[in-house]
Amino acid sequence: MSKPGRILSENLDIAQALSRMAEELRPLLARDPVMIGIHTGGVWVARRLHELLNVKEPLGTLDISFYRDDFTRIGIHPEVKASELPVNIDERHVILSDDVLHTGRTIRAALNEIFDYGRPASITLAVLVDRNGRELPIQADVIGHPVGLKKGEHIKLTSDAPDGLGRLTLEIQEVGG
Amino acid sequence: MTKDLQFDSHGLLHHFLTIEGLGRQTLLQILDTAESFVSVGEREIKKVPLLRGKTVVNLFFESSTRTRTTFEIAAKRLSADVINIDTTVSAAIKGESLLDTIRNLEAMHTDLFVVRHSKSGAAYLVAQHVPPHVRIINAGDGSHAHPTQAMLDMFTIRRYKGSFENLKVAIVGDILHSRVARSQTHALTTLGVPEVRVIAPRTLLPTAVERLGVHPYTDMRAGLEGVDVIIMLRLQRERMRGARIPSEQEFFNLYGLTADKLRLANKDAIVMHPGPMNRGLEIDSSVADGPQSVILPQVTNGIAVRMAVMAIIMGGKAKQEKSEQSSIRRRA
Amino acid sequence: MGLAIQGGRLIDPANSVDGKKDIFVSDDGFVVAVGKKPDDFEISRTIDATGKVVCPGLVDLRARMREPGLEYKATIESEARAAVTAGITTLCCPPDTDPVIDTPAMAQMIQHRAWRFELAFIHPLGALTRGLKGELLTDMEALDEAGCVGFTNALQPIKDTLVMRRAMEYAASFDLTVFLHSEDPWLHGNGCVHEGEVGTRLGLPGIPEAAETVGVARDLALIEQTGVQAHFCQLSSSRAADMVAEARSRGLLVTADVTAHHLHLTEHDIGFFNTQCHVLPPLRSSRDREALRQALKSGVASAVCSDHQPHEPDAKLAPFSDSAPGISGLETLLPLTLKLVEEKVLSLSDAIASITCQPADILGIDTGHLGIDATADICIFDPESWWSLSEEKIVSRGLNTPFLGWEFCGRVTHTLVGGQVVFESENGSKT
Repeated sequence: MSKPGRILSENLDIAQALSRMAEELRPLLARDPVMIGIHTGGVWVARRLHELLNVKEPLGTLDISFYRDDFTRIGIHPEVKASELPVNIDERHVILSDDVLHTGRTIRAALNEIFDYGRPASITLAVLVDRNGRELPIQADVIGHPVGLKKGEHIKLTSDAPDGLGRLTLEIQEVGG
Repeated sequence: MTKDLQFDSHGLLHHFLTIEGLGRQTLLQILDTAESFVSVGEREIKKVPLLRGKTVVNLFFESSTRTRTTFEIAAKRLSADVINIDTTVSAAIKGESLLDTIRNLEAMHTDLFVVRHSKSGAAYLVAQHVPPHVRIINAGDGSHAHPTQAMLDMFTIRRYKGSFENLKVAIVGDILHSRVARSQTHALTTLGVPEVRVIAPRTLLPTAVERLGVHPYTDMRAGLEGVDVIIMLRLQRERMRGARIPSEQEFFNLYGLTADKLRLANKDAIVMHPGPMNRGLEIDSSVADGPQSVILPQVTNGIAVRMAVMAIIMGGKAKQEKSEQSSIRRRA
Repeated sequence: MGLAIQGGRLIDPANSVDGKKDIFVSDDGFVVAVGKKPDDFEISRTIDATGKVVCPGLVDLRARMREPGLEYKATIESEARAAVTAGITTLCCPPDTDPVIDTPAMAQMIQHRAWRFELAFIHPLGALTRGLKGELLTDMEALDEAGCVGFTNALQPIKDTLVMRRAMEYAASFDLTVFLHSEDPWLHGNGCVHEGEVGTRLGLPGIPEAAETVGVARDLALIEQTGVQAHFCQLSSSRAADMVAEARSRGLLVTADVTAHHLHLTEHDIGFFNTQCHVLPPLRSSRDREALRQALKSGVASAVCSDHQPHEPDAKLAPFSDSAPGISGLETLLPLTLKLVEEKVLSLSDAIASITCQPADILGIDTGHLGIDATADICIFDPESWWSLSEEKIVSRGLNTPFLGWEFCGRVTHTLVGGQVVFESENGSKT
């Protein structure tokens, strides 16, 4: 059972982190990038970056459920959402965004799915939180906050509105006991 | 026999044999998952790696090119290795029993069998005798069940009608021998359709059909009054020999769907048919090809629905602790 | 010199005996005294039956041995052994063997085989028509001489009503009893379950109640016409039981039996295609089961039989309609009949009568009772011993039964045939 999470965002200013990330990404605008968020938290982050940067192309979303490497262990997620890439990504510069970069498996799955849609010219990875515990050689290009966590702790982006448009909070939770 | 073979010890769907006994949530999960698979079929690369390294055997003891093809495409889009075995002409003639055939194929480390057989209960029999890691999907057994066909019909109905709660649905034709009608009936009532009607002469209606929760009608005109969905069933021509109907002509006059009879239904009613159609016997061409017909989209949706069923029963066993925890695990 | 069974509750319905009484059996296998030991009787062996019921050996009206012809399913030896384990000392076997029992030689062969094993007695029923084909009559008088206790076409229909009439007339000429499985073959069609809710749900072809009532109606008309002594085998529906009751009330010489499984199961026990519940006639509705129980209570049906049909495992490992019908029933005959006592359908004495003297009366054979000079075919059972049926406990070669896992009260401890102990349970009265 998970205990109620410890709220981390009190010492982390999410809005400030997002605007810092946007500034780091701004030079890419010259290449007319496509912004893609990973369901669910990554979409919330991507939507804000998309807005801050005023990206021309509509926002794309990915649900990596069909690409997870732990499918045979945990099965299909009950609320799979459709992936929606509104434009052809062939030869385009992609900004891929997620809330938390942890093991790297989610990003691995997302990269696989993106390549099933086409062959992008480049992919830049932007994450709100970069935490320890990597299992794959994947690193973010743009990072909002680096966070060090103990084993068994998880960090999660939550929102007070189900569509993620409300106030965003980062919570640390202990899993197991 | 009281234990439902379809579920594993965690109460999760393990085989897909019949709609009977499945809850509303399970059916909705299949429909929702199918929605997301529709987009996969519209992409450049129509494959996802969910069943990579798994072996799916389509075991058809009764030939049906179309159903087998949709299962084959579904399995391939999930990246499984697919083997098609058509035993209508091979093993069955050599006297090999159904279970012998299964045991032989099991030795090839099959993960999932898609079974079609002319006898009711065949899929259950197979499911009772395979090792625990092997899954079974019933692709039609005798007059008993054809659950994936019913689910794709539900998918189509939801796409056109939005929800199930206020619908009147009529199923017309050879209800007696129809596994599709039985599965549709269970699916419709489970999903909350308040009124399901079955329309046929008494010779093609099963005894005590009302115990399935449907309203029988022998007068098609009365039965179509005010319905939102009309499902026409295929009339097997060999039924004619059993003296169940006097002539094709009379059947078409009384139970064939014509533009004239269609007007009795609601204006925005949709017309469905699991195919293959007998034009001029159960349905008039002007209706089959008309604006209210959704017969072709049914075929397309069949692939997404079968992908969803395969993905759900082949998935792992930890997913029942859903709510917040699963979203944590997803990110982990 | 002889055997004494002492301390038990003797239930002998034919002689209206029910009470604590000892019974004394001579060395040559006859009952010499009941109650008080004759002064000149020397006891060579005593069976202590304290706390147990002592009753006549059971008479099963219909049990298939599968021999000759289907020895891969069972043999006379294997099934006779199973019978005595279950307290059954007399079995009646239908003629649908291969070859069919339609010649005196076949009838004698089966009895000789049974005598050789010195277990239960087996009485054959002769075929009513040659090869059970429903066309030509058999040599009934010669078959009767050869030991056939009655004549039947078993489950094969005699479609031609004129042939049925002639068969009954001929049997009536020699006071022979005909055993009828009355059913309209056209309405039966390719059916394999009761035409009703369960068949509709499972998409299995049904056998309507009318298949039985039409068959019974035809046969009753012919019985009335020909005056033959007739017995209706395994009634399955409420309506058919009513028709037999009505015929009996008009004075027709008709009797009837029901199977133990039709008294306990209904179509709903089929669940999801349990082929162990595939029987003919089919299990019908709970209303029908209730009516069959009432028919037994009122005497319209006077016997309960096992309709024993042992099968090899593969016979049931098929889609429902392709699986072989029938239950391996010898070893559940007594337990299921005793369950009717537990469920307050019958008194213990009436329950025992329905599997001893009453079926013996139907067959017209001198057994099923324990009066002075009767053959000492005796069953002793512990009425308080609870047990549950498992495959390991089944002695019959057929393990095909839907009653696996059922809890039963009452267990056979001794079986005597002709005064000889042919079965004795190892743990006696232990539960």
